This record gives sequence, structure tokens and C-alpha cells, in this order.
Amino acid sequence: MESVGSTICYWIIALAIVIFSVLTVTTRKILRAATYLLFVLFATAALYFKLDYEFLGAVQIAVYAGGIVVLFVFAILLTTHPGDNSEQLASRKKLLGLVGALCAAGACGWALCSRCADIFTSLPSMSNPTMHRIGEAMLGTGYEQYLLPFEAVSVLLLACIIGGVVIARKR
Amino acid sequence: MDITIPILILAIPLFMFLLLGLGGVKMSHKLAGTLGSLGMGTVLVLSYYTAFTYYFSGNPEFIDGTTRLQYVVFNQTWLQFTPNLAIKLGFLLDPISALMLIVIPTISFMVHIYSLGYMEGEKGFQRYYAFLSLFSFSMLGLVVATNIFQMYIFWELVGASSFLLIGFFYTLPSAISACKKAFIVTRFADLGFLIGILILSFYTQQLDFLPMTQNPQGVLASFGGATFMGASVLTWALVLIFTGGMGKSAMLPLHIWLPDAMEGPTPVSALIHAATMVVAGVYLVARLFPLYMLEDAALMFITVVGAATAFYAAMVACAQIDIKRILAFSTISQIAFMMVSLGVAAKDNVAIHEGLGYMASMFHLFTHAMFKALLFLGAGALIHAVHSNNYTAMGGLRKYMPITHITFLIGCLAIAGIPPFAGFFSKDEILAACFHNNWFWGAWMMMVAAMTAFYMFRMYFLVFWWNNPDYAKEHHGHLPHDPGIAMSFPLIFLAIVSTVCGFIPFGKFVTFDGHEYIIHLDWAVAGSSIGIALISIFFAMWLYAKENDKPRRMADSCRWLWTAAHRRFYWDEIYLFITRRIIFDGICKPIAWFDRHVIDGTMDGFAYVTNKASVAIKGFQSGKVQMYIWWYLIGAVVLGLIVAVCVL
Amino acid sequence: MDITLIWYLVPSLVMFCCGVYGFLTRRNMIAMLVSLELMLNAVDINFVVFNRYLFPTSMEGWMFTLFGIAIAAAETALAIAIIINLFRVSKNIDVRDATKMKN
Repeated sequence: MESVGSTICYWIIALAIVIFSVLTVTTRKILRAATYLLFVLFATAALYFKLDYEFLGAVQIAVYAGGIVVLFVFAILLTTHPGDNSEQLASRKKLLGLVGALCAAGACGWALCSRCADIFTSLPSMSNPTMHRIGEAMLGTGYEQYLLPFEAVSVLLLACIIGGVVIARKR
Repeated sequence: MDITIPILILAIPLFMFLLLGLGGVKMSHKLAGTLGSLGMGTVLVLSYYTAFTYYFSGNPEFIDGTTRLQYVVFNQTWLQFTPNLAIKLGFLLDPISALMLIVIPTISFMVHIYSLGYMEGEKGFQRYYAFLSLFSFSMLGLVVATNIFQMYIFWELVGASSFLLIGFFYTLPSAISACKKAFIVTRFADLGFLIGILILSFYTQQLDFLPMTQNPQGVLASFGGATFMGASVLTWALVLIFTGGMGKSAMLPLHIWLPDAMEGPTPVSALIHAATMVVAGVYLVARLFPLYMLEDAALMFITVVGAATAFYAAMVACAQIDIKRILAFSTISQIAFMMVSLGVAAKDNVAIHEGLGYMASMFHLFTHAMFKALLFLGAGALIHAVHSNNYTAMGGLRKYMPITHITFLIGCLAIAGIPPFAGFFSKDEILAACFHNNWFWGAWMMMVAAMTAFYMFRMYFLVFWWNNPDYAKEHHGHLPHDPGIAMSFPLIFLAIVSTVCGFIPFGKFVTFDGHEYIIHLDWAVAGSSIGIALISIFFAMWLYAKENDKPRRMADSCRWLWTAAHRRFYWDEIYLFITRRIIFDGICKPIAWFDRHVIDGTMDGFAYVTNKASVAIKGFQSGKVQMYIWWYLIGAVVLGLIVAVCVL
Repeated sequence: MDITLIWYLVPSLVMFCCGVYGFLTRRNMIAMLVSLELMLNAVDINFVVFNRYLFPTSMEGWMFTLFGIAIAAAETALAIAIIINLFRVSKNIDVRDATKMKN
């Protein structure tokens, strides 16, 4: 049995996620879409906090909200002509998109409701992943330790930096 | 014995091969030649040291009282497949390998020096010396092998380097086909060798020579009297191993490569096709001789093959025009002498005879290597001077080339078996061994010996006497002359060796069982063989000493025989018929048709279908990202529904 | 009232489907990229939630989320570089115009 405060917290987060997600894809102004995305990402970070994953929530805020969204904003400002901040969508295309998304939602939702509705009813207790644990998991080579993916991601990021520079460079 | 020197004997030629092969392009001809010769000279000194230590030091490792022992200097496991099956590389010292340690470096060193003059200015001079070093390495590795698989490895290496050297003038189509022919024929024979090795090692559970040869009865027991198609399996194994020897030693009917191999440079012919590689077959039989002694059938096979080859090659040699071909056929004939000598050394005669035949064979191997290398190098000098391989372009050369003349005469006398030259002693021992076995073989080989003397002196007289052509006119004022010091020195050296080496008390050093064997000339055999040789020589002299039409009339009187001999009794044509008409037309062409139409057709069909299918579906690749997403989404939803319906 | 697994999965599903809708309908490439971020984020939530409910003692989903965030950052940076480059070439970031790899 969760505390009432916890339940209220959950509802706020869930509603924020749902509402801002919908707004993100329905607003016609691209800069607003980015802003709504930022709210969605914040709500996700709050969700991580609520699940006791503080580190992950912090990373979510730092990388997504602090990094990626700023990148988006810069890109939008660089590529949008002043005044030309909206796009008209054909209603047929909108309808088709809606049907596709609802189909996906239906298929997944049906699978979820038929399988997961009545299992794992309560949140199990968990010892917080401390920084010590995280560090060991990330830099160890044993069971459930992830040095190799960590290195791979590092190399990926490096490649990405170089690739970004090369692609965006003026010729 | 310290293992440094034996390792160096093998390592120096290999190193030289790598050095000259990789770095030769950067070197001048002179440097490459000098380096190669110096390397070989070092090997010569080291092998002489090793061989003399083995024979003369009296060290109990090598000799037990009066019995010479087989001594394994080292035997390193190279590839361990299973606990029982390992391939080892090692160095075995025994009477015959020590003998080969003298023969190979001597001839090889002489050829190295001779080539400095003969190959001067040739394109690819450095490559030539690299290949010579590779060949010497392979041959040395072959003779010191401690196990039959090491022998097989080096056997193939010898074949490969021989291929490279025969095809040295790779711009000549004849050289290319000759080297391919040599390689394919010997490879074909080596297949028999390999099967023989597999059979032998399957039953005996080992590859090493010593456990086999020192305990032949154990080998016989391990076969347990198994038979196959009427002959014992051991006989089959030995005959198959001998097949490899037949290929390398150019025994009938696998001899066809050797005459063509004369397309290589002449010093190469002297090294490979006279003195070293072609005796590998003899060496192989000698190495496994204790096993061959167990099976009379195998020995009988060797004798028959050898005797037939000796006679055939002698017949053909009488009707050739190309002097190198004559020498090639004489080589085939002489190798066959050695084979017969091993073949007649059967156990069921009096104990002395097996020692005699074996010893005589090795003795002849030694002397033949010397005088046949001499003859080939002399032929090289002649070709160098006259620029032709055919005796029709020569004649009366004794006045122009005195050194070549004298040394060549010594070589001819040696091979004809005139005392005191080397061939007399060894050939006499072979004839004696044959007569001890069976008068028929004795008479047969005596006849071949007479033919040998005849065709050698036919060549000698046709080259050095006969007529006196106007060389000045044919060669724009240049007269034929003796070659320079680099080419004359090996001739003189080998001539001296061929003169004196018959006096070596050979039975003291190389015998079948390690015991000393006293050679005593059987004067009945020796006298008659000298007599027959002299008659043949005088007959050749009567026919060829001065230009006349007696030879032509003789050839005309039995024209078909002469033509058949000249065409080598049509062996090449028979081979061509079998390969072209039967194998190519009968088997390969249908297979080619099948490949072209069925297999290629299937593949073409695949390509056609793929092509059409891609044309049909290429519209999907529109470049519109959102279309891709649509397809992806539809697929994902359908897949999800399938999973949901069927699994959940 | 217990907050069960599915309570978290449903908002995540909504978020994912919004992403799908946006990706299918928007023509502006940056807007498409924003939708893509929504989808990735939904996946991350799923990883975390399953990890938290099913395997509270281990950290596999957690780790995947972390790497997912890193990869999303990398992918966004690269995609934006490409978009800016495209814009420089054609003064336009409409996805319907970008159908050829080479002009």
C-alpha cells in the first residue's frame, strides 16, 4: 500500500508525461515542440527519482534537458526562417498518422493489459544504487559489470564528435 | 655431437635463400653470386667436418667397435597431432646420410662456382642463386631426415625448387611446359609415396626411421600378415613408397619429365638432374632397405623396373641428337643401375650379397654424382661455346677446347667403366652383385653397360672428332674456346675426383649393416666388363672418329628402330594420348560441360531472379523516410499481433 | 492503492505512440527528431521500470538506460549536424525534399 503522497506524485508525473507528449507532437510551432519535449524529459526524470534512481534522474536532466534540448533549440534557431514557424499538415496525413499510432497503441496496450495488468502489484524494496556500486558496475569486467559497453559508448561519442565536426564543417 | 653444426648445415642455405630471394634485387650480380657461393662453401666445410667426424673420429656415438651406428643428432617435435602422431624435424647421421653430406655440398658448390661464369649477365641472376640455395637446403634436409614425414616434406620442397629451376627461363614456352611436366609427373608419383607412408604409419604407429629399420621384424609383425589383392599390405606400402622414388628418379614409366627438364640452365641439370635430386629415389629405397628386404616381391619389382629402365634409356640415348638429352637418358640408365643393384640385394642369397648390392649402389651413387656432374658441366661449356645443344653443330672441338676435351673424356671413360676411373669400380660391384643374384640380371646389365660405353663415346667422337666445321664463318669470326676460370675449375676438380675416387675403400664406410665390407674385385666380371666396354668404345670410334656415311647407312638399315628410339619409343605420345584423348576428351569435357551449363546455369538463374526481383521491388527504396517508417510500423504491428494472438 | 507495473507502462506507451504519430506526420526534420527523442525516452522508462519491479537487486535495465541516454545524445548531435548541412545546401529542412543521397 503506497502512501497517498506517493500516489498523488505518481498522478502528477503520469499526467505531465501524457499531456506534454501529446502537445509536443500536436503543436505547430517547432520551438514550442522543443519546449514541451523539455517538460516531458523533466517528468521522466521525476519518474526516475520516484523509482529511487537518483543518479539516473540526474543524468536525465543533465544530458537530455541540459544538453540535447539546448542542441535542438540552437538547431531550430539556425534553420528556421523568421516568421516561418509553423507548418500546415494535410488532414489526410494527420488521420493516417493517427490511425497508425492508435494501431500500435492498441496492439501494445492489449498485450500489456492481458499480461501485465495483475502482476507485480507492489513496488519491491530495493537498496539504492550508491555511487560506489555504479562505479564498480561501470568499470568492472565481471558478472553484471559493463566496462566493455562503457568503452564502446566512449568511442561512439568520440566518433560522433568527429563526425559532427566533419559533417557540419563549411566546405 | 654438438647440434650447432648440423643446424648450421641446414640453416645457412635457407638463410641464403631468404637473403638472396628477398634482398637480391638490390644486389649486383657479382655480390649475389659471391654471397651464394660463400654460403655454399661454408656449408661444404661444415658438412665435410660432420661427415669426417662421423666416419673417422671413432667416437663411440658413431661406431661400436667395427659397427657403424645410426646416430640421431637431434629430433625435435614440430607438430604434435595426437600423443602417438607427431611430426618431427631432426638430423640423422648414418653411413648413407654422411655420404650424401659429402656428395650434395660438393656438387652444389661446384655448380655455384660454375654458374658464376655460365650464368653471367643473365636476367634474374640473383633469383637463380636464391633457388640454388633453396634446392641445396631441401636436398640436405631430405637426406638427414629422421622420419619418413620429414623426408616427404623435403621431398616436396626439392620438387618445388626443381620446378623453379627448370622453369628459370620462364619466358621460353618450352621451359614453362617442361617445369610443369616435371612437377606434375613427380607430384603424381608422390601421391603413391604419400599413400605408402600412410599405410606404413597406420600399421606401425610411427613415422621415425630408426625404430622401423632397426627392428624390421617388429614392422612385419605389426602388419600381422594382412593382405590386399593377393600381395601383402607391407609389399603394397613399399611398392607405393617406391613409386615416389620412381617419379623422382625417373624410372619407367614416370621418366618422361627428365629429358624435358633439360630446358633448365645446364648447371641446374648437373646439380639436380644428375647428381642429387634424381638419386633421391635410390636414397629412399636405401633408407628403408631393411623393410624392403622383408618382401621379395617389392625387391623383385624394383629390379624389374630398374632393369627395364636401364635398357630402355640406353637404347634411346643411342639415337638422340641433343647432347643434354643424351646425358639425361644416360642419367636415367645409371640411376636404374643403382636401383637394380638394390633390387638384387635380396636376403635369400648368401649373406655377402645383400651387403654387396647395397654397398655397390651407394658407391655408384657417389661416383656417378661426380662424373655425371662433370659431364653435364662439360656439356654446358660446349653449349656455351657453340650456342647449340645439338652435336650436329659441333665436331672437331678437341682443337679449340682442350680443357673441356680432356675433362669430358675422363667423364666418358669413367661412365664407360674403364679403370682406373671411378665408374669402373662401382659399376663392377653392381655387375658382380647382379651375377651373384641371377646370371640373367648380370648378363642384362652387362649389355646395358656396353651400350652405355657405346653411346657415351658416340657423343664424345661426334662432338670432339667427326668433321671440322668452319666455326669462324658460323660465329662471325669467333672461334669456340675453353671457358673462363670459374667454369674450368669445377671441370678440372670434378675430373680429378672422378679419376681417383674409385680407389676409396668404400666398403669401409658405407655398408648395409654397418659392418666393414672388404671389396675384392671379381676379375671374371671385371675383365669381361672392361673387354665389353673397350669393344663398344672401338666400335663407336670406328663409326664416328671421322666423318663418313657408315652411321647413316646403319640407321637406314633399320630405320624404324632408329626412329622409334629417336622418338623415345613414343612414351610422350602415349602419355599425350591418355591425357588428351581419354582423360581430357572423355572425362574433363563432360565435366566442363556440366560445369558450364548446369552449375553456371544455376548460378546465372539465381542472378537473373535476384536481378528481376530487385527491379520489381526497387520502388520501395524511394528515399522518403516516412514511407520507410510506415512499412516498419505496419510490420511491427502485424508481428506484435501475431505474437499476441499466438503466444499470449 | 498500489502503484503496479502497468501504471508506469501506460504513460510510457502513450509517449511512444505520440512519438510514432509525430514521426509519421511531421515534415520538419527537427520535429521528427523531437518525436524520435520521445520514443527513445519511452523505451528508457520501460527499461527502468522493468528493472525496478522485476529485478530490484541488479542494475541491468538501469545500465541500459544510461547507455541509451548516451547513445541518444550522440545520435541527436550527429543528426543535427546532418540537418544543418542539408539546410546549408537546400535552405530547407523538409523531409520530403531530402530523397537523394547525392545531387
